[in-house]
Amino acid sequence: MARKNECIAMLLAGGQGSRLGILTHKIAKPAVPFGGKYRIIDFPLSNCVNSGIYTVGVLTQYQPLELNDYVGNGEPWDLDRTDGGVHILSPYQQIQGTDWYKGTANAIYQNIHFIDKYDPEYVVVLSGDHIYKMDYADMLAFHKNQEAACTIAMREVEWKEASRFGLMLVNDDSTISEFEEKPENPRSNKASMGIYIFTWSKLREYLIADENDPASSNDFGHNVIPAMHEAGEKMVAYQFDGYWRDVGTIESLWEANMDILSPVSGINLNDPHWKIYARSPSAAPQFISDKAEVGNSMVTEGCSVEGKVDFSVLFPNATVEEGANVKYSIIMPGAVVKKGAVVQYAIVAENAVIEENAKVGAGPDVTDPDDWGVAVIGENITIGKGAVVPPSVMVNENVEEGTKYESK
Amino acid sequence: MRANNVLGIIHSQAFDSTIQELTTMRTFASVPFGCRYRFVDFPLSNMVNAGVTEVGIITKENYQSLMDHIGSGKPWDLARKREGLYILPPYNTSSASAAGYKNRVEAIYANMDFLRHSRHEYVVITDSNAVYNFDFNDLFEFHTEQEADITVAYKHGKLPKLENMQILTLDDNKRVTDVSINADEPGEVDYSFNIYVMRKSLLEYLVKTSVAHSSTSFAKDIIQANVDSLKIVGFEIPGFAAMIDSLKTYYNVSMELLEPENRKALLNAKNPIATKIADNVPTLYGENSKAGNSLIADGCTIEGTVENSLLFRGVVVEKGAVVRNSILMQGTVIHANAKVDSIITDKNVTITANRNLSGDPSYPIYFTKNIVV
Repeated sequence: MARKNECIAMLLAGGQGSRLGILTHKIAKPAVPFGGKYRIIDFPLSNCVNSGIYTVGVLTQYQPLELNDYVGNGEPWDLDRTDGGVHILSPYQQIQGTDWYKGTANAIYQNIHFIDKYDPEYVVVLSGDHIYKMDYADMLAFHKNQEAACTIAMREVEWKEASRFGLMLVNDDSTISEFEEKPENPRSNKASMGIYIFTWSKLREYLIADENDPASSNDFGHNVIPAMHEAGEKMVAYQFDGYWRDVGTIESLWEANMDILSPVSGINLNDPHWKIYARSPSAAPQFISDKAEVGNSMVTEGCSVEGKVDFSVLFPNATVEEGANVKYSIIMPGAVVKKGAVVQYAIVAENAVIEENAKVGAGPDVTDPDDWGVAVIGENITIGKGAVVPPSVMVNENVEEGTKYESK
Repeated sequence: MRANNVLGIIHSQAFDSTIQELTTMRTFASVPFGCRYRFVDFPLSNMVNAGVTEVGIITKENYQSLMDHIGSGKPWDLARKREGLYILPPYNTSSASAAGYKNRVEAIYANMDFLRHSRHEYVVITDSNAVYNFDFNDLFEFHTEQEADITVAYKHGKLPKLENMQILTLDDNKRVTDVSINADEPGEVDYSFNIYVMRKSLLEYLVKTSVAHSSTSFAKDIIQANVDSLKIVGFEIPGFAAMIDSLKTYYNVSMELLEPENRKALLNAKNPIATKIADNVPTLYGENSKAGNSLIADGCTIEGTVENSLLFRGVVVEKGAVVRNSILMQGTVIHANAKVDSIITDKNVTITANRNLSGDPSYPIYFTKNIVV
């Protein structure tokens, strides 16, 4: 038996993130690089530590190798603890057989014994695809104060976007009267952020009931939360007004990266009181040559910039050669943009190479706005000399010198 | 001999007095260098990259910042249950000479127990006032091939202006045939880089004998005195290597990192120089920033102009500010429209708005820690 923890966190990191396309072919979504030196999972993990939660279970299933490697013993987040710390929880064989995690609720259900070991009063359930800084301790205080069975973090979204979210009808006393899952005609603009705090004794009960229901899809949003609500448990909404972004799509991932370049977006990563921790490679300081022009951008260790970089985020060991022009783009670790190449409105994944004078992506002004989108170059892909990659495509095969990429 | 049979010993503060400006608050080993490193990172990383698994760092005074930097040794993968990293502070022993050691020999003598307890057969000894990046295995192999008693790593060049520097005379087989100390030699020479390899038992013997005879100069009584009786050989250090003997050389060597080939030799991904992780954000370049020919660490905010300079972590260059030919250490803030040229700022220096400060590349001005100009 471990020492009793008042509150522990369970981080759902098993999803494929299929909407991120080739970026998640080989890695789980939470391991996708973000913000110059981070990965998406750094945000919930750092939030946990900064909120005083030192026991975190990370539930992995899809392509866990890189994610497991990255989390490791938790040392970068101060989660290498004698008592608690970070634990990777993968599906495992049992006497009755082997079950993959069937849904988000089932993933927690299969790890009931892990949670019980810490005998917590409360469990925070988080997902690994959001960029935000949030003090879970405030939310927990709210949960306790309300004597709720379940508290759901909520934010008001634009009415025109509301139908994309799981919505809640909330009373004046913060209790939730009704849930609506992506309704066509929304009656509320209060969206669930996918951040939950449960009183563990209650959740435990409902997880077991849910598992015993063969009709259930074992999902928090679809099954467990509605079941608790129907049974009359106290469900409350905790309003969060700070920066929060779901980075489940290429566009939102790109936009969130652009947000960190903006002083008015509301996300400030340079906050000594709320650091975002990451496992960093040891690389030399960045070199900016006398031919370089760097503005409105983030550049990190190991980068070498000799060309023009504007409104872009460069990850460790990225190279932009002389005469190359990178704008509104995300250049992931080890990627190289060679002489004279132009990369705009693009995501260039790890170790991809854009050869001399190649052109990747285009601005929203030069093409039919309906066809426009961010271009994505996959990991280790080479775009040959002078080749052209149009906007809004995902390139997962090498593009020959001098050719124009046509998406299939 | 294999690297995992070599015990590393690093002197953290030989020559502290040579850059008094930078070492009033810290040992030479923890003097910041190259935007994100401290001098101790170089010998430590060279040792670890070669496969050395146990290192002792000998300290005497002012070692708080060094301990803070080293921590458990984790960045160098030396936070280990078996062996790993040891900081060896001065401690009181019944031996008078051990208590306040004055030089390398007395320092090693005071830490004889540490040496004795190590299972390793060989030692590699370094100082902390130089930067280099080469494969120590080549040094170890050379020592074995030569069947040497002592191998001295040396460099050909102008003799640093430091005390007890040894000029080596080498024969065609790289054997050291003569050592002259404190010689006034204006030209280029082969000089000891104060990196030594020998059997641990030999070191113990030589140190004990020196102490017994009250002649405890490493250069004179260990190396020079034994040129005939022991086989001492010289190993020329490949690649970029520089020893710091003054604030001026500190400045010059830092600036040499702006040359790509020097940077490639010293700070390459194949043999990384590890340092303490600081969890800074990437550096943010603002709308009107102009940076050129500069090395910049993470955590900086650049809204002004930076040219031919080295910026450490968390430096802020505000709008309209101009930084040229300068070294700005961690947390330096150059406020709006201030102009600085050829200056070195220690940690957390603030240059207020509209100031105009300049030294000369041949005589950079130094601003001490935490001051506001």
